[in-house]
Amino acid sequence: MDAASRDIEGRFERKQRRERIERRVYFAASFALLMLIWEACRAVGLINPKLFPSIAAVAHSCIAQLRDGSLQQHMYASFLRVLVSFSIGILLAVVFGFLIGWFRVVRMLVDPGINFFRALPPIALIPLMIIFFGIGETSKIIVLSYASFFPALVVIYQALVSLDPIYIRAARTLGATNMEMFRKIILPQLVPHIITACRVSLGVCWATLVAAELIAAQRGIGAMMVEAQNFFQMPPLVLGIILIGVISLVMDAVVRLIERQATQWQEKMSD
Amino acid sequence: MEKGIVIERLGMTYSSAAGNFEALRDVNLSIAHGEFICLLGPSGCGKTTLLNTIAGFLEPTTGALYMDGVRITGPGPDRGVVFQQYAVFPWLTVKENVQFGLRLAANRKTPEEIDRISDHFINLVNLEDFKDSYPKELSGGMKQRVAIARSYAVNPQVLLMDEPFGALDAQTRHFMQESLLQILEKERKTVVFVTHGVEEAAFLSTRVVIMAARPGRIRDVIPIDLPYPRDAATKTSPEFITIRAGIEKVVREEFQKLRL
Repeated sequence: MDAASRDIEGRFERKQRRERIERRVYFAASFALLMLIWEACRAVGLINPKLFPSIAAVAHSCIAQLRDGSLQQHMYASFLRVLVSFSIGILLAVVFGFLIGWFRVVRMLVDPGINFFRALPPIALIPLMIIFFGIGETSKIIVLSYASFFPALVVIYQALVSLDPIYIRAARTLGATNMEMFRKIILPQLVPHIITACRVSLGVCWATLVAAELIAAQRGIGAMMVEAQNFFQMPPLVLGIILIGVISLVMDAVVRLIERQATQWQEKMSD
Repeated sequence: MEKGIVIERLGMTYSSAAGNFEALRDVNLSIAHGEFICLLGPSGCGKTTLLNTIAGFLEPTTGALYMDGVRITGPGPDRGVVFQQYAVFPWLTVKENVQFGLRLAANRKTPEEIDRISDHFINLVNLEDFKDSYPKELSGGMKQRVAIARSYAVNPQVLLMDEPFGALDAQTRHFMQESLLQILEKERKTVVFVTHGVEEAAFLSTRVVIMAARPGRIRDVIPIDLPYPRDAATKTSPEFITIRAGIEKVVREEFQKLRL
């Protein structure tokens, strides 16, 4: 490579490095700004400083709960609930999404019902769940699975309906059976959509967690918040809010990483 | 049992709110094995519909088609198809695409055979250097070459091609025409090729089936008595120019009728 090309490559690498640093600085800056606004509002009296805790108070609560292990227990309990419910929701969404998307009869039968239940917030189901399944883990899992199921279902069956039929035709001319069609043509095309469904489901699941844990939970981030509310302890309450936000951000980032790996073959607008 | 493709009194009528549309009327054609047939005509003459019935994607409203005496009722690996839009599977690499048909239950092959066959056809279309690339990294011509290799890999007797070079620029199109003939020299297949290009039809085929529209039907079948192998030089030979002019005349007549 001659000097001129090396120079251009060098400049490009330096630009990329600069942009990467820039992104990180802005990321940190946006959170620093949020914290600034937080404390500023308290200082100025926009929010009642007696009611809303300071960053320091929240941090203390966090460290104290980490020390006695209660925070880990709460996080683990919530995490487990979300993971189980989300898995159930996605699995059912893939199965039913396929049936609805593939068989016209099923779609016509089920469509009105779906639109009805889709609009129903999971929270509205809680009293019903308590009556049927009591106040144990089952009701919470059912509510959270319900929350994960519908957004994923719609994403998946829409994706199926909009698959390009040419790949199915091409596979038929090569001799594919229906089973092979499903495994080798339909499923691979659905993978990016299933991942999108995962991202949406996870978000809704986390958002519904607190409500679900209102059903007499002793452990869990939502439970921690309800207990804090009952004893009028603000720091753990705010800590819970922040934790839910942070964890769902992290989980989303993980899913996005998987998505990048699994969809290398796709032509994207950002290419 | 008659060998080859036999099309008897084929008709295709679509009904809609606007009335009946006769895409094909009374098509009769016999294609012997090893022939290269071009279906040539303007838009709406039914050439793609005819190809789709041979492929088995469509069931005719009247008449029937037979392949080696057996009635055609659906698609199958005995009739490979290269589509006009790129049907190369985007989630698979070039190599995986070409191997796709070989891994199906219908074409039982051992892993060594699969590798050997796919390598053979990837080399045949000159894409060895792109074996592990994804279709998104390939140009249009390259994608079609993958499609051809993929169809060839399952060794169909018949190759059906629906304006496969239509979306390519002129230079690439000429290159692909010559490549196709070279591939056919090495591995003979029966080809039914849809096009609206007179030069392309005359250059590639043993017989040109000129079709007319409204209703879609066969207007003329013109044999091309030029020897193979044919190359770029063929296109400027006096015999070719005469044949081509003859076809152009018929095509233009039909086109004028449509305009009126």
